[in-house]
This record gives sequence, structure tokens and C-alpha cells, in this order.
Amino acid sequence: MAIASFVFYLLAAVLVACGALVITVRNPVHSVLFLVLAFFNAAGLFILLGAEFLAMILVIVYVGAVAVLFLFVVMMLDINFLDMRRGAQRYAGIGGAVGLVLLVEILLVVGAWQLDPALAGTGAAPTPAAAEMHNTRALGNLIYTDYVYLFQGAGLVLLVAMMGAIVLTLREREGVKRQKIADQIARRPEDEVKVVKVSNRAGI
Amino acid sequence: MAVGLEHYLTVAAILFSLGLFGVFLNRRNVIIILMSIELMLLAVNINLVAFSAYMQDLVGQVFTMLVLTVAAAEAAIGLAILVVFYRNRASISVEDVNQMKG
Repeated sequence: MAIASFVFYLLAAVLVACGALVITVRNPVHSVLFLVLAFFNAAGLFILLGAEFLAMILVIVYVGAVAVLFLFVVMMLDINFLDMRRGAQRYAGIGGAVGLVLLVEILLVVGAWQLDPALAGTGAAPTPAAAEMHNTRALGNLIYTDYVYLFQGAGLVLLVAMMGAIVLTLREREGVKRQKIADQIARRPEDEVKVVKVSNRAGI
Repeated sequence: MAVGLEHYLTVAAILFSLGLFGVFLNRRNVIIILMSIELMLLAVNINLVAFSAYMQDLVGQVFTMLVLTVAAAEAAIGLAILVVFYRNRASISVEDVNQMKG
């Protein structure tokens, strides 16, 4: 039990520190890398909570896809990021005040409130015992039966996002020569070749 | 479990506030604002999974998957808009987004 507490505090401390560094470091590449570390620590917290499948999904989706996408865009755009920080101090005060007020409010709510232990296991889909069924299988049993429409909806959201990203970034460049296969196949000899009778000594 | 639910909720609350603060602190840089939004969504996910674990109810984890999906879609679309905007204006500063005079 002591080890679990220690691991929780370690992961939580690194997670919060990474969150703070993401928004404060000057170099956006470092920012993305701290975001990756924050996601890894959140995955550790998920494992501690017994949600192994979501922990692995977090690593694959966030670290493998989203963070790499951020890194790609940060490195692709040629921007003077030092210039971006100009005027940051002007808004740090009010931003800090808003953040602090929100934090205090949430903590007051959390502190004044306690979960009734009798409620555990009375929800719509009680978690099966870990010895009986592991987390991935239990989640699969749920999302392919009771929540199949939600699952399909998530797939649709991803499809629309993919199409949106392609539509937004695709562009026709001027002056680029591309092979047009349909035009090539549609060519006919009678359109392209003309037989001319050339009379003697006259030329065309 | 060794640590209580309120510990996880506190961590998530701190992370959410940091995300909100990040939006204010980096008002000009859209990429960092998008990253701050990712942090806030991560805090929400931690809340959902913590409640799911302590309530012994798997629905929270199903919903977390939906939030993850939406977060990934949001990042993809947001970055696509960013790339298009950079192509047109050679800048990603929020202050330059003024063509519609909004």
C-alpha cells in the first residue's frame, strides 16, 4: 500500500510539474516534449486506477499521434517564437488570478464532498472483479454491446476530422505538372494525328 | 486503494487550472493554446477514470474513450486550420486573426 501511495505522489508531482512547464517554457519543441511526459505520467495514473486499456490508448493515441502531430507542425512552421512571448506578462496577472480562483473553487467542492462507499458497484455497468475478467475484455464487452452506437459515433467523429483536415490543407498549386491519366487514356489517334496530302514541290 | 478519490480529483483540478492559465499566458501562440486545451482534456479524463475506478462502474472509462476521440479530432482540425492560416498570413499569432473584423 505504501508503494502505491509513493507511486501516486511521484506520478502526480511529475504530471503537475510537466503541466506547468508545458505552458511556461520558451521553446515550443520543449513544450511538446513536456506534454509527452505529462501524458506518460497520466497513463501511469490510469494503470494505478486499474484502467490498463485506457492507459495504453493514451500512450498510443496521445504520444504516438497527437504529440507527434504537434511536433511536426511546430517544426514545419518557420516562426520566431521569442516574438510570441511579447506581452505575456501583461496577461499573466489576470490569467493567474482566474486560474487560482478556479482552482480554489474546484478544491472547495472536492473538499466538501465525499463518495458514499455504498454507491460503489451500483452503476449502469459494474466493473467485474479483476481475477474474473481483465480491464480490456470488460471494456470490450461493454462497447461492442451496450455502447455500440457511441463507439460508431466516435468512429464517425474521427472520419469527419480526417476529411476536414484533408479538405483544409489540400491545395492545387499553380505551375506544377502532374500526370493526368484520364486525359491520356481519352486521347484518340484521329484527334491527334492528321494525314496531309502534300503535293509535289508545294510544301505544306 | 491506497490513495483516495479526492487525491486524483485534486491532481486533475491543478492540471485543469494550469491549462486555463496557459491559455492566458500564451495569448499569441496558437500552438501552445492548443496544447493547453489538451492538458485540460487530460484533466477531465483523469477525473472520469478516477470516478469510474472508485464507483466500480465502467461507463466512465467508455466515456473517457469518447473524450480521447474528440480530443484527437480537435487537435487534427485545429492544426490543419493553423497550417492553412500560416500559409495565408505567414504568422500564427492570435492577433493577426482579424480578417473578419470580429
